[in-house]
Amino acid sequence: MNADDKRLNRLILGAAAALLILPWYRVRSGFFGFGWLEDVISTPDLWPGLVQAVIGRWQVWPVLLLVAATIWLRIATPSGAKRGRTMIWIGALGLIWLAVEGLSVGTRGWNWGLLEATFGEAAGQPAFGAGAIILGLFFTCMISFGNAERGALKGDAFILTAISILILLVGVFVFYPIMSIFTGAFQDFDGSFTSEGVRRNIVDPRIWSLGCLTGGYCGVAWRTFFLAVCTATATTALGLAFALVATRTRFPFKKGLRLLTILPIITPPFVVGLALMMLLGRSGTLTQLIESGTGWELGRWLYGLTGIWLAQVLSFTPIAFLVLIGVVEGVSPSMEEASQTLRAGRWRTFRKVSLPLMAPGLANAWLIGFIESMADFGNPLVLGGSGGVLSTEIFFSVVGAQNDPSRAAVLAAVLLFFTLSAFLAQRLWLSGRNFATVGGKGDGGTHSLLPRRVAIPVISLVSLWSLFTIIVYAMILFGGFVKLWGLDHTLTFEHYIRAFGVTFGENGIRWTGVAWNSFWTTMIIALIAAPLTAAVGLITGWLIARQKFPGKTIFEFVLMMSFAIPGTVIGISYIMAFNLPPIQMTGTALILIVCFVFRNMPVGVRGGVAAMAQLDGSLDEASLTLGANSGRTLRRVILPLLRPAIMAALVYSFVRAITSISAVIFLVSAKYNMATSYIVGLVENGQYGVAIAYSSVLIVVMITVIGGFQLLVGERRLRRRTTQQIAREAAT
Amino acid sequence: MKLRTAAIAAGVASLPAFAAQAAELNLICSADVVICEKLVSEFGNSHPDISVNMVRMSSGETYARVRAEARNPQTDLWWGGTGDPHLQAAAEELTAVYESPMLPELHDWAVKQAEISGNRTVGVYSGALGWGYNTQIFESKGLKEPACWSDLLDPGLKGEIQIADPNSSGTAYTTLATLVQLMGEDEAFEYLKQLNANVAQYTKSGSAPVKSAARGEAGLGIVFLHDAVSQSVEGFPIKPMTPCEGTGYEVGSMSIIEGAPNPDEAKIFYDWVLTADVQNLMPEAGSFQLPSNKAAVASEHVPDLGEIKLIDYDFAEYGGAERRRELLARWDAEVGGRATE
Repeated sequence: MNADDKRLNRLILGAAAALLILPWYRVRSGFFGFGWLEDVISTPDLWPGLVQAVIGRWQVWPVLLLVAATIWLRIATPSGAKRGRTMIWIGALGLIWLAVEGLSVGTRGWNWGLLEATFGEAAGQPAFGAGAIILGLFFTCMISFGNAERGALKGDAFILTAISILILLVGVFVFYPIMSIFTGAFQDFDGSFTSEGVRRNIVDPRIWSLGCLTGGYCGVAWRTFFLAVCTATATTALGLAFALVATRTRFPFKKGLRLLTILPIITPPFVVGLALMMLLGRSGTLTQLIESGTGWELGRWLYGLTGIWLAQVLSFTPIAFLVLIGVVEGVSPSMEEASQTLRAGRWRTFRKVSLPLMAPGLANAWLIGFIESMADFGNPLVLGGSGGVLSTEIFFSVVGAQNDPSRAAVLAAVLLFFTLSAFLAQRLWLSGRNFATVGGKGDGGTHSLLPRRVAIPVISLVSLWSLFTIIVYAMILFGGFVKLWGLDHTLTFEHYIRAFGVTFGENGIRWTGVAWNSFWTTMIIALIAAPLTAAVGLITGWLIARQKFPGKTIFEFVLMMSFAIPGTVIGISYIMAFNLPPIQMTGTALILIVCFVFRNMPVGVRGGVAAMAQLDGSLDEASLTLGANSGRTLRRVILPLLRPAIMAALVYSFVRAITSISAVIFLVSAKYNMATSYIVGLVENGQYGVAIAYSSVLIVVMITVIGGFQLLVGERRLRRRTTQQIAREAAT
Repeated sequence: MKLRTAAIAAGVASLPAFAAQAAELNLICSADVVICEKLVSEFGNSHPDISVNMVRMSSGETYARVRAEARNPQTDLWWGGTGDPHLQAAAEELTAVYESPMLPELHDWAVKQAEISGNRTVGVYSGALGWGYNTQIFESKGLKEPACWSDLLDPGLKGEIQIADPNSSGTAYTTLATLVQLMGEDEAFEYLKQLNANVAQYTKSGSAPVKSAARGEAGLGIVFLHDAVSQSVEGFPIKPMTPCEGTGYEVGSMSIIEGAPNPDEAKIFYDWVLTADVQNLMPEAGSFQLPSNKAAVASEHVPDLGEIKLIDYDFAEYGGAERRRELLARWDAEVGGRATE
């Protein structure tokens, strides 16, 4: 029996088990509660697929037929290209059938009047459950195994399966919801087709006007674009400065610097904006200091694009830093040494060798900054002044008194256009160049220090910005301990007690604080989402960087779309797409996890791609030549070299799961409430004290957890170890 | 890898596993979070057999949510928030008809809310429109107390006034509709155009103007009176005012969602929250609105609706989608949400 047959055996066993044992439909009270086991006899909806087919659910019949065909194929046909082709057909037919029947039969029967007229009444069905999901995976694997038997991608079943499953997931959780927004744009409230709303909005001068060039007022699209360019440039420059200082200078407070750059990223939304307001607003602390010192009237300059820009640079520089530090570390010292040996000075080496080698990282950092700024929601909401940006406009065209989904769709399309163009431009610019510097060859040497004329401005810039960040955070910390921020500065623990109070009664501990409920939900969801996001993101990054498969560019595009669309739209689209069978997730913790995974994985992907661009392909080849398969290569060679990227992806996804707000606000339910949406409620009601106390606690918790991740993942060792390290290793 | 992915996918697919045994109620609360929590904990004390899941959302968000979930609702009850989105939801039959036995105990304005919606919603509290001004700023700039709508046009107030954008805020839309009913449509827009010269910022959220004024970021915020009162009770130098020409008001409402998973529990809460005893608890939670039960007593800080000159606000007409779109379009064209920055 060859490997192809063994693989297929396992697959068939899995599918058969799912059909015989697992409930075909969704278990309302939750599958893993196992409470449903008691009712399994009496409730037909809990019966497995085979039984469903027997009791007359015609939807399951074709599935059984296809599984039977697979078994027959296994017995009757030897493995090879011919069987492979049949397997692909079976897989594709199965998936199409699941999608078609799932979308056409809803809870109360046919979803479309046309079908009802043609076929007569149909019994309704609940959403897909464990059984149906496993069968979906079965059909997906059939496609990839079939391709492997045909010899696609050198017959590597692991890579093919990874690609197929990712395409399936991206299709279901990114593409399908996004499509549902755009169909919403052309729908009247009663569901009939209309293009009136789109026609009205697409030419709206409030979106497109370029009046500011002649002294008037610019449309929201251009304002957002301008803001995003400024933010991306500033965050990339600052992020690079931080990365250089952290790796290539003798700056004494490097550890502190790392912590400082982490801080803004782990700050819940609104908080930076609030702190800036308290510091630089019309009656802010610093403003009044300056005003009383100089007699100028500074006024309300903070509200508007300037303020948003400042808050965004504070918030997003750390992301640029996280992307860039791996890249800056990864530039091979031997290239720099070679340059210096050829008599280039340190400045020339830096300019002509080191900087160009960092180009993919810089481009990625810029792209992420640009997209983050475009999609940012919290800062514009607090500091936006009268004019909004695209993301807030979308939010208010959905929830505001306007309630115009077609406007939201048009604005979302504009936003997508900008972000995808930036993405394309970056691709064009980087294509066809080689940035590999971590090769299989021995690579000695350590990084040289920065040339003086770079070091001095960079260090002073970093110090100034750090000081500013420290002041902002001191303000935040302070805000949690005073009675009424900005008015009554008596010190108090009142806010912390209200949020996190615990009493010890007769029945043990009672969590009396108002924040506990959302706090635990948030932690559990973030801890589940983070490793999933990192795994999915890095595997995708590896596929994109290392494998060639048809449709790769489109695949990459759809991925970036989920990142480029602002959370508010994602939130609405998830509700629209996942509230009804076939996939029903609203009101559960699952929808939050899925949303986080697919929203945040592009950062893992970008980080993975950037880091992978630096690892020479000869490393993979060496491993494959020595007989390891691609799964083992990924695990033993690539992953250890990607530790900084893994770390970045883990940290980012964990933190974003805790701090993101715009999508979450639609997806939280009464049962699964998240910390940020709770905090937003507090801010909306002016309860800054409790909001800030809660945020401070979240910040401390996130720092602890990030430290834990760091310990788990460890550091990547690239080159020359210190003598102590060698001694330590020898001892063990 | 394949197995692991499958395991993860299956595991994730079934995560929401915390099965609930007891009776449940899924409540969306659109009022102040303290009030929401107070309600939930009090309800838990008197009905220990029903566990309440509460989430706080603004009324606009709630309306968008209820509409998006229309074919498979996850929410049972929607308590609080300004009346317009409740009426809109009622008009689109997103909320269920329920005639509470408590109706006879309620004020006329609360019952009227039920009448115009065909008993799909009911009033739970109300509050008048007005403004709060920062006494410190007015003193230091030597400005006189603004007592009437016309006083707000004083050139000395340039850059001091904040009001929400009616496109995003129900409060600001109420202001717009109030002015139209008070002055007539053309005069109201003429007034708003003049007022625009004094407006520093059109905020997104309805109560944000007075919070800004409280912290000295603006001089005056046009808001619902209870929002101004709560700032001054917290100790900010805010003085709440009601305009001398007359003003509009909102009716905070409550609706049961059509097709709710737990309609019986929703009705229990519905009737319970309309009792005088429960409404008497509201002031403790810092609610400065007028309760809808005739026997309930409002907080001492609440301005008595009897002393305020109220207009006969036409909720049916100005809450309707058609009129709303018309007024907002005119506001966009003539006033346009772009302050003198």
